[in-house]
Amino acid sequence: MRRRLPALAAVTTALVLLLAGCSGEGGDRDADGTIRLSFQSLAWQKESVDANKQLVREWNAAHPGVQVDYVQGSWDNVHDQLLTSFEGGEAPDIIHDASDDLADFAYGGYLADLRTLLPDRLTEDIPQQSWATTTFGDGVYGVPFLQEPKVLIANKKILESSGVRIPTPEKPWSWPEFRQVTEQLTGKGTYGVAWPLKEPVSVTLNLGLSSGGQLFHRGADGKVTIRSNEGDRVMPGTVRDQVNSDRSAARSALGMGGSDTLPGFFGGKYAMVPLGFSYRQQVVEQAPEGFEWTVLPTPAGSGGLAQGVSPQTLSVAEDSPHKKEAAQFIDFLLRPPNMVRLARGDWMLPTGTEALADPALHTEENGWATGTALARSLRPAPAQSVRGYPEWKDKVATPALQEYYSGAIGTEELRKRLVDDGNRVLARYQR
Amino acid sequence: MSPRTGRTARAGQYAALMCYLVFLAFPFLWLISTAFKPARELGSLHPTWIPEDPTLDNFRQAFDEQPLLRAAANSLTAALCAALIAVVIATPMAYVMARHRGRLSTAATGWVVVSQAFPFVLVIIPLFLVLKYLHLINSLWGLILVYVVWSLPFALWMLAGYVRAVPPELEEAAAVDGAGKARILISVTAPLLAPGIVATALFAFITAWNEFFFALVLLKTPEKQTLPVVLTHFLGAEGVADLGPLAAAAFLATLPSLVLFAIIQKRITGGLTAGAVKH
Repeated sequence: MRRRLPALAAVTTALVLLLAGCSGEGGDRDADGTIRLSFQSLAWQKESVDANKQLVREWNAAHPGVQVDYVQGSWDNVHDQLLTSFEGGEAPDIIHDASDDLADFAYGGYLADLRTLLPDRLTEDIPQQSWATTTFGDGVYGVPFLQEPKVLIANKKILESSGVRIPTPEKPWSWPEFRQVTEQLTGKGTYGVAWPLKEPVSVTLNLGLSSGGQLFHRGADGKVTIRSNEGDRVMPGTVRDQVNSDRSAARSALGMGGSDTLPGFFGGKYAMVPLGFSYRQQVVEQAPEGFEWTVLPTPAGSGGLAQGVSPQTLSVAEDSPHKKEAAQFIDFLLRPPNMVRLARGDWMLPTGTEALADPALHTEENGWATGTALARSLRPAPAQSVRGYPEWKDKVATPALQEYYSGAIGTEELRKRLVDDGNRVLARYQR
Repeated sequence: MSPRTGRTARAGQYAALMCYLVFLAFPFLWLISTAFKPARELGSLHPTWIPEDPTLDNFRQAFDEQPLLRAAANSLTAALCAALIAVVIATPMAYVMARHRGRLSTAATGWVVVSQAFPFVLVIIPLFLVLKYLHLINSLWGLILVYVVWSLPFALWMLAGYVRAVPPELEEAAAVDGAGKARILISVTAPLLAPGIVATALFAFITAWNEFFFALVLLKTPEKQTLPVVLTHFLGAEGVADLGPLAAAAFLATLPSLVLFAIIQKRITGGLTAGAVKH
């Protein structure tokens, strides 16, 4: 045993040295004093990743004293990953996320309040309704920079041969007209519309704004309650009638995600599919040769074309020792021409007014002009900053809406569940 | 049972087995099919098993867009090291657990079972803090350490079962012949445990090879990311995916596990036979 002790000590020492040698590099400054920032991007499409990396290269070339390291993040599990990084004090300096994921981090004190860090140029360039998506309490915890409205992607041939009026952002279909149109488009193995409602809650809430629906109402005391009014019932009622009464919407699509409906759309099984604006890229890539398609606005109601969105955001970690430089990088990244590059890379709309005016985003090709025209109608998603919303969504609203759309329960039962059960959930978070 | 009934029963068994194999193989075959399909075929309403116009574009695109080889090398390093270390630690521990029954052994077994119930999210923050203290964040060694700790309970449980299957009489006979404890362990028990050790190592390897969440959280720089993390770069928000390149990359990612299974399966069988005739 005595002979083995030195050997054991040597192995242990070697292991410790090995571990130390292999450990991650720390520090936020290089030896020559250069500030080093990390930027975790969730860009994933090739054009978007390329645009982000190119912008980082341009920044680094122009700012030798402040170098940015591009870190590739992933939408999968980003919340848990960021939470762990925050708790461990190892968060990236500049954080890419979505506004509906920021509330917990903002209230948890993990994100820097950007109000005094951002230049007036950027603050004024982005409309107030977009800032509202990243404002929690008195602070602003992210810069909303890309947003994605829902649009109707339609089979041009079916639409034109049916003789229905083609809607425009200036003269969209009303919800009742949309119902009539889908009935007209239905027949000979084609459904007028396919609603991919695997995740029905955000679609229902966001499109509900067009009819004045809000569902979540914040009182003077800051507490949120759920109330259902006539406007809240227009969009879900239309979809339910299309599926169950008119048979103009494909029942099988109710359980699908957006991408799942594309083969049926290309095959002429569905005349229209309500999808996020960025799905156009998949349509361009996957549509069969000669397939003609067009982008239409979603139906309007008493609230016009209003719909809710949760923009993509850039935030600064509260723990970052170089918040000012991080904010300067964000300002650089979101200068109008750069915002346009990012928007085109992600097939989304920029929030910035100047970027939105760029002619490249007003071309008819691939429906850019229709989407850009919808930008001024975009509002914060109704449940954006409601604490307890995730639980309400998963435990109450998702099953209730799925049953409602499939025809298993009626309007009163849906209201009871969303409102009565929902308020009980929210009450627990607002004591 | 008449020979005819026996044949019918046997045919039924084979049919059931075939159905089960088809069921198991379906996702993998579909993955292969998707990996070789051009984008237009991916959006077809009538998908075919055999791509009509097979292409390697998805593989090219996957390699162009993501550093798959580097990620695979990281995964391989982490998985091999984790499997090796887990087995080296677990084998003597499992022997003690199986052979020396007592309160401690029972408590240890209970703990092993309970520890498997902890979700990742529950342990990740304390683990992250410990690794940060050790300067092992963004380090493959940190990840290997986590994989060893994570796979150790089940490895122990598995190996303890194999140890219990070795008749103690063999060890007693060796002791009567004058062999010491170490000699018995090395010359008598270890060879009989070989299939179990190989199976346990395989389990630890596959657990580490497929693991995503720890790698996502602990490794920050692109140079150190493992394959499952890099695969998620083909996924966008709300489940949108770059399906072709994702399928191509995922297909390549399954190959090492398959190859390892193919090699080791023979060893496990061979080891079992060797154990059966050991004296």
